[in-house]
Amino acid sequence: MAEKPRIKLPKEAKKGEVIQIKTLISHIMESGQRKDKDGKTIPRKIINKFTCEFNGKPVFSADIAPAVAANPYVQFNARVEQSGTFKFTWTDDDGTVTTAEEQITVA
Amino acid sequence: MQNLSRRQALTVGAGLVTISVIGWSGQAFAAAKEAADEITKFTGGKAPDKGKITIELPEIAENGNTVPLSVSVDAPMTADNYVSDIMVIADGNPRPEVATFHFTPMSGKAEAATRIRLATTQNIIVVAKTSGGQLFTDQKLVKVTIGGCGG
Repeated sequence: MAEKPRIKLPKEAKKGEVIQIKTLISHIMESGQRKDKDGKTIPRKIINKFTCEFNGKPVFSADIAPAVAANPYVQFNARVEQSGTFKFTWTDDDGTVTTAEEQITVA
Repeated sequence: MQNLSRRQALTVGAGLVTISVIGWSGQAFAAAKEAADEITKFTGGKAPDKGKITIELPEIAENGNTVPLSVSVDAPMTADNYVSDIMVIADGNPRPEVATFHFTPMSGKAEAATRIRLATTQNIIVVAKTSGGQLFTDQKLVKVTIGGCGG
């Protein structure tokens, strides 16, 4: 999971515009349902929470279950009223939190 | 349901025996019941209205390991009238929960997309909750050629 998450959003927007944000993080999303070759269940290890904030205010979040595919892709929207910073977080079952930030300029 | 107590395990076991005698698939039955339980937890027992929701899913998913899903709800998304939560349930998976999306007025649109795993042909049920406490639901059947759970 050392790879940087991929985030796609416009660099600039008009005031009040609703923009689309696409995110993808590399992660195995081990479901906890699979068994290894000795018949033992492989322990669950997934990203269970994704959040997006803009200038410190919550925009969108998702509770994620093992039924979300490997390398979880999340697409959503945000209405931007001013320039600022989007902050994204992904929380792993083991407590690891990966964060990323993107700037947007609003004219 | 991850840690079944002995009593629960026995009850479920007994249920499965009964079901298999009748000739149904026990697993599907258990999953459907868990799906209903999850929905009750989300709605607080109130019956959601049908409509307002758009679910985009392929009719036939050749690979259940990664099925594109998009959900949206027709809502103004203003400070006093917005969709706060959308829950996605797969009633034929070993565990019915897929994802729950939480929105704010800053989301702009009550719309989210991801990629999901489907073990078998089943219904995807979407339930949405608005800031005013209204509930909406809809569902869509997906035919799965190759299941996406288990090894």
